[in-house]
Parts: sequence; C-alpha cells; structure tokens
Amino acid sequence: MGLEEYKGVCIFAQQVDNKISNIAFELLGKARDLANDLDNKQVSAVLIGSDVVGLADELAEYGADRVIVVDDPALKEYRTEPYAHALASVINEFKPEIMLVGATAIGRDLGPRVSARIHTGLTADCTQLDIGDFPLQPLPGKEDEQKHKQLLMTRPAFGGNTIATIACPDFRPQMATVRPGVMQKIAPNKGAKAEVVCPKYDFTENACYVTIEKIVKEVSSVANIQDAKVLVSGGRGIGGPENFKILEDLAACFKGGMVSCSRAVVDSGWKPKDMQVGQTGKTVRPHVYFAIGISGAIQHVAGMEESDIIIAINKDENAPIFDVADYGIVGDLNKIVPELTKKIQEENAAKA
Amino acid sequence: MKIVVCVKQVPDTKGGVKFKPDGTLDRAAMLAIMNPDDKAGLEAALRIKDEDPDNTEVTVVTMGLPKADAVLREALAMGADKGLLITDRVLGGADTWATSSTIAGALKNMEYDLIITGRQAIDGDTAQVGPQISEHLGIPVISYAEELSVDREAKTVTVKRQFDDRYHILKAKLPCLVTALSELNDPRYMTPGGIFDAFQKEVTVWGRDKLDVADENIGLKGSPTVIAKASDKVAKGKGEVVTPETPQEAVDYIAGKLKEKHVI
Repeated sequence: MGLEEYKGVCIFAQQVDNKISNIAFELLGKARDLANDLDNKQVSAVLIGSDVVGLADELAEYGADRVIVVDDPALKEYRTEPYAHALASVINEFKPEIMLVGATAIGRDLGPRVSARIHTGLTADCTQLDIGDFPLQPLPGKEDEQKHKQLLMTRPAFGGNTIATIACPDFRPQMATVRPGVMQKIAPNKGAKAEVVCPKYDFTENACYVTIEKIVKEVSSVANIQDAKVLVSGGRGIGGPENFKILEDLAACFKGGMVSCSRAVVDSGWKPKDMQVGQTGKTVRPHVYFAIGISGAIQHVAGMEESDIIIAINKDENAPIFDVADYGIVGDLNKIVPELTKKIQEENAAKA
Repeated sequence: MKIVVCVKQVPDTKGGVKFKPDGTLDRAAMLAIMNPDDKAGLEAALRIKDEDPDNTEVTVVTMGLPKADAVLREALAMGADKGLLITDRVLGGADTWATSSTIAGALKNMEYDLIITGRQAIDGDTAQVGPQISEHLGIPVISYAEELSVDREAKTVTVKRQFDDRYHILKAKLPCLVTALSELNDPRYMTPGGIFDAFQKEVTVWGRDKLDVADENIGLKGSPTVIAKASDKVAKGKGEVVTPETPQEAVDYIAGKLKEKHVI
C-alpha cells in the first residue's frame, strides 16, 4: 500500500430523510482542525443518499472544501450493503488519509463493514483526535522509524474507566468513529461553496442487500438534550414518572435548560430513550449538569462527566455519583428541588 | 437450521469496578461473565430452537484464553448444543480487525444458516467485531436487533433494527449475521439438568491450524491499529459533599455555588 498516495481528511456526512445529521457538522469542525496540521489541508465530506446533491452547500458552510456526492435511488434509506459499497468505493477512488464517521446507530454499522472491506484499522467511539508522532516517543536507536503526522485516536473503554490512544501507522485511511456531542462545529460561513463531485457506482442488488419491510419513526421529544446548556437529570430515585414535574420546573428556570434521565428511568418506561444520558444513551457536556436521584453507575458517568459543573443530590451518601460531582448534596430531593426552583425563580425575578 | 452464536467472556462491571491501591483497574478482582448483549443473542437462538428443537442446532463459539471455556459451559447449561473454543497464543493481542478475521476463519470451516453476535462487549464497547465478521464472510449483516424471527421455509430472517429515532423491519436472506441488543429479551437461567449436561457435553478446542485465515491477518501482527498509550483513567478530583440540616440550607448552598460560577 502506497501510504503517501492517501491525502486529506474525509468525513461521512450522515443524512436521514435528506436532512444532514448534526454529527456531520461536528466532524467537519474536527476535520478542519486536523487538516491544518497536515501537509494536504483539504477537507472533504462524503454525502450518500438519493436526491441529496442540494445539501452540499450546507456542508460547505460548515467547513467542507469538497463534497463527494454518491446519489442513487438504492441509497434512499440507510442499508448496510449499498452504503458500505458507496463509502468503500469513494475511499478507493479519492484516497483520503483520514476517514471520520459518526458513532451513531448508522456509523457504528457502516464503519466496521467498510474497514473490513478495504482492510484498514478502525478505532471506535473516539472522544479526542490529534495529529502527532507514533510512537509518541522515538525508540532509542530507532529515531528514524518514528512516524510523523499520524492520527492519534483517544477513546474510553471499560465504561469509561480506562482510556487508550490508538494509531494506525501502516494502513490507510486511518479510520475513526466519533461520538456525537463531543466535537465542536464551527460557526457556519454563510454562502460558502464547495467543489462538488458526483462519482457513479453500480448498485445492482446482490445477496448482501436486505429488504426494508417497514419504517417506523418513533415520536421523539422536540429538543435534543445534547443542545442543552443546563441539564436537570433524574434517576430511579425520582420515584415515578409524575415526579419528573419538579425537574421540569427547575429546568425551566434556566435558559437552555432541559430534562434528561438515567438508563433506569428508560428501562422503567418513565421516559423515552432519547432523553437517556450514558454509555447506551447520549453523551452530553452542558455547562451545568444536575444529577438528581441518580446513583452514578459508570455507564451513566461516561456520558456526562465532561460537563463543566456537576451538582448531585442524593439521599445515599455513598452513591458513586458523589465521586464525580463538583458539589454533592446529601438530602431529600423531594424537599430540596422545589425549594431550589423557588429560590432561582426569585433570583431571576430580581434581575429582570 | 444451524445457528452459531459468538460470545465473549468479559469482566463484570455491574458490581462496581475494582481498583488496585495504585489506582489502576484490578481486572483479576472482577468476576468474568458472559457479555450481556451476547447472552441476549444466545437467548434469541435458543428461542428459535424451542420452536423446532429436533431441527435446530445451536453452536456457541468464543475466542479467548482457555478459561473462556466457562462461558461455553454456561451457554451449554442454558441449552446450546455444542461449544467451540478458539484459543492459541498466536491469536493474542488482536484488534477488532484481526479478531473478526480469526473468528471468520473458524466459521469458514463450520456450517451455519444464521450467526448471532452481541452488539458490543462491555469491556471494549466497539460494536465492530460482528459487522466485520459478516464482511469477511461476504454475508449480509443486520446490527442492533431488537426483535428477530426466522422463516425456515423461505430461508430468511426478519429483524426489528433500532436506529436513533426510528426502527426498520428488515428482511435478509440466510445466511446472515445479526447483532443483538440486550433489549432483545431476558435470557433464561441455567437449569440444574442443564448444568449437569453442560459438563457431559464436549467443548471442541481449535488452535490456529484449524482456522481458514492467513498468518498476516491474525494476532498482534495482523492488527492495523496499535496502542500508542493506555492508562487507567485517573478519577476526577473529588468535589465537595455536604449534608445540610435543612432543605433551605441545601438550597442556599446550591444557589451560592451557581452564583459563584455566574450561572444565575
């Protein structure tokens, strides 16, 4: 493999129902950063779907220099095989040195299938990406074997208890999936244009194509908890779905305040899955995270520990949530939360 | 119908993660269990077997150290028919690429109509090995299965496939690989008779020579990704924990902190 043939940074611009997913913009933001540290500074977005070419401008506004559009009726809905064929074909033709994919329910299926097909490494669920040397320190006597300008991919494992930095020194592209909500998108540059290329590939059905029998969209709450500035998050300790009212009242006191929850709450059927924070839910990093009646299992903590300020209220002084909280309050949430809401409402009123 | 279920032995994180005095993870102090998503995949296979026990064979495959025999025995006690342990020192240090090509190398020497893996293991959390196995075998994959049924006559599998805001009902021709979510079902318990049988049944052990895979695609050498640095995460410095006498005192404390940080 001629590694030097591979140039520039590419991202998979996920779209669903011909609407670009937020993760695509986040990946573009990171791709721009990474490209600035590389010799070839071109950032490309791969847009796969049916009748999607009109979405290219939006990707340009968020930092794409070039948009590679694979447009075919077979790509209308996500299916593993035609999407893997499209992305693998783009990689083989355009040869990016870095390929980033969102760690979504689509990307975590597409990424591994493509990496196996083109024979390169894939690092899952990265939370940090840098350009640097591999090995990090040159081995004594082997200084000239150290490779430069490599993608260093950092990810948590073991429910967030260990972190590893991984490189892919001998294969290209260097592929990573990135968790939504972790990277920052840039402020859109209105009116920006990208070079648009539309390669054609063959999507004749084969045994690997599956048939979509039915599509059921689940009602999701209007707002995305990943966009919240303040999250008021409830756990099993809330006691029941009706008691979430006191959390909603508290969240309403803050601009950009929303309610989220732990897995136990979703498992009990009190709240829908799109409100869940944690390993199997969403990763959030609000300015303030209130963990109320949440014990703090490591899977939950993995999804919220990057929050700027963590305030925990729990009646159990031994709850592990107090290990990650900046401010922990041992007490009865049913008494404290309504009083806190009242207090903040008063403060807000005094300022108005 | 022949169903192969791939399972992994993982350290249990449910009872809390144990640390050594120096703050690093103490893997030896944690119980080894069958990965939860894999167990749901096994249960799904056993339910298909329950529909027609005489015409269904469930084989459980694992790759790991010899002690991973324990998860195969557990699977046999739950009702699986056969167990296969892939173990060899040359397979060690494999990343997901090399792991999947190794397991695919075993599957190429087996008969299967349906392969079920868990979506992801709770130690690595990558969700990559299932889809990568399917690619190495050139068969379709359906990830994130919440429900699953097979049509033996038509030789198809129908799956409720979860996405972030929707689900698809997908139908694939067999052979196919499906990755299971733990939401798929509640796995059955081992039965006393099953446990007795589990130790009567034979677990086949395959070393590297039984696998249809090239040397450059296994173990550490066959792994495109390399660890540059690994560390057990240093726990975030503990903040303050207070136990106020009254709710009012708690409220004043929180409001004070929010003001200090210019939140309110």
